[in-house]
Amino acid sequence: MANKRSKLAVPLVAVLLGFLLGAIVIVITGKSPLAMVLALGRTLTGVDFSGRGDYNPRYVGEFILQSLPITLTGLSVAFAFRTGLFNIGAEGQLMIGSLAAVAGALLIPAGTPFHAVLCLMAAMAAGALWAAVPGYLKARFNVHEVVVSIMMNYTAWHFSNWALLQFGSLDRVKTPDFPVSASLKSAFLSGLTNGSRLNWGILPVALALVVFWFVIEKTTFGYSLRAVGFNKDAARYAGMKVERNIVFSMMIAGAFAGLAGAVITLGTFNFGRVLPSMELYGMDGIAVALVGGNAAIGVLLSGLLFGMLKAAQPLMQSQGIPREIASIIQSSIVLFVAMRLGLEALIDLVKRNREARP
Amino acid sequence: MKLLLEMFPIALMFASPIVIAALGGLFSERSGIVNVALEGIMMVGGFAAAAVTVALEPSAGAAAPWIGMLVGLASGIVFSMLHAFASVNLKADQVVSGTALNILAGGLTVYLSQIFFRQQRTRAFSTGLSKISVPVLKDIPVIGDMLFYEMYPTFYVALLLVLLTWFVVYKTPLGLRLRACGEHPQAAASMGVSVFRMRWFGVLASGALAGLAGGAMVLTQDIQYTVTSIHGTGFIALASLIFGKWTPWGVLGAGLFFGFSQALSFYAKDINFLSRLPLEFFYFMPYVLTIVALIVFSGRSVGPKAAGEIYDAGKR
Repeated sequence: MANKRSKLAVPLVAVLLGFLLGAIVIVITGKSPLAMVLALGRTLTGVDFSGRGDYNPRYVGEFILQSLPITLTGLSVAFAFRTGLFNIGAEGQLMIGSLAAVAGALLIPAGTPFHAVLCLMAAMAAGALWAAVPGYLKARFNVHEVVVSIMMNYTAWHFSNWALLQFGSLDRVKTPDFPVSASLKSAFLSGLTNGSRLNWGILPVALALVVFWFVIEKTTFGYSLRAVGFNKDAARYAGMKVERNIVFSMMIAGAFAGLAGAVITLGTFNFGRVLPSMELYGMDGIAVALVGGNAAIGVLLSGLLFGMLKAAQPLMQSQGIPREIASIIQSSIVLFVAMRLGLEALIDLVKRNREARP
Repeated sequence: MKLLLEMFPIALMFASPIVIAALGGLFSERSGIVNVALEGIMMVGGFAAAAVTVALEPSAGAAAPWIGMLVGLASGIVFSMLHAFASVNLKADQVVSGTALNILAGGLTVYLSQIFFRQQRTRAFSTGLSKISVPVLKDIPVIGDMLFYEMYPTFYVALLLVLLTWFVVYKTPLGLRLRACGEHPQAAASMGVSVFRMRWFGVLASGALAGLAGGAMVLTQDIQYTVTSIHGTGFIALASLIFGKWTPWGVLGAGLFFGFSQALSFYAKDINFLSRLPLEFFYFMPYVLTIVALIVFSGRSVGPKAAGEIYDAGKR
């Protein structure tokens, strides 16, 4: 009984404490936490609360845009968590997916029907294959998936930086622009939000959320994956193919992350980018999955929360608060969720104090 | 051959922080706590070392980088307390906690840079650590040039720490208790060893060494701290720990190997059969090799048995 309630209470308290800590850091460094609140409010609603009250929907568009890839990496991490696996490799799967999307966009002739859809599918397949490696090594050799995935993240980063340049590049920073048929850009969505970069990437994300919910909660296959997560030995005894499930689970997780890479590359940008450092979408995904309780609806909400935090960064920076406050808040939320036991004790203490009062 | 001799100082410069940080990982994992936060701790140590060096250079001169490295070490200890508290006291998932520290380190260091220096990085220091030559030893033919002439002192620090780690972990009661906590904490507890205290020690030691490694890295390979200064070296250190089978001498060997493979990327253009390979090949080779090593070791029980497991005193 207490378990069910703390499932919701722990992430909520963790989020509150994370923002509180962020505010304290801002105060200590001599800035105003009010500026952060205003920036977050403007990002969420588009309304300027600082007095003038003007409204600009571009902020809302950018906020949803930022939520898209991290919702997908969140689904990726959450899916693996449900099977008892830790997918710290969403980062690499995303970069490989992005690379496959670039290949699809530039190699498939422009104007091919469903060009963009083919690119999205290529990205999912590439992400799935990349994730199959740690899955297989875990199933076959019992090698820990975390260490393998970390190594594969760096391999993916350096490899895709090299591979991207093989498509021809003038400045060694980005590939040629994609043909229109491969792009997810949307004049309609952009116009709706006063010229934000919001694009058709929201469709695959919405679809992914539904698929995640359906597969995990409503199918026998999903149940057998969850059973492996609950108790490997019991699942094996019940006749489930534990090793096969581990590989499948990693592959599905990888497909979500690969899709995230395609949504960024085909939607937010219109060309492949050589990355000077990793962009940590995979790490965002860990935060999203943990706060979202590894369920579809939770991942959607926490994806929006962290998307808002990301999108508010430029506004906070312009108010003199260093933009990195976002990662300080995000990492402390993750840390607080990880400290579940401590938080539960804290919640209990508050509750008992309240009951003790007459 | 001449090329190989030329490569030595650069390879050892790359290897030193890898070895030092990996030794940190050794203390933590031997006590039973997985530490994927080596990267983040190195960032914090590197930032602190660079910032202190910039601040003290006008007054302390050549001593400034050394003070900087010590501050890096101290800040590594403080930062790793978060990991120790979460994973030892509150039984948090050690990988989650370590990941949180990695994200936090990137945010915190750049945030503080903006507060102190009003830019995304620390101000540049003028010299960093200077190279030294060891008198007498540098005159030994061949070996003198390879190991004792115009070298960064961080290499000697790394060697000393390998020796010290070996002694502490294998030759003292403390080391025996530490290893016992990583293999079978319940058995250690039944003999009166405090698992909590041992694991706190393991994590704080890893914080100290990774912080020092971060300082050593920034002050020899960079002119300032930026968010990309460490660029995955903490994870290469983790790889060295695995490659070196969780032993100090193994860590030294693996660290040297990865150091040379990095140096090779600088010299590849001069070596005929290597010049055709893309530069990126040298960047990702250490990671691929680590995966291969993991597969090779997988049948045998090489790593600490209880590392990563949440300690449950009642479990048998």
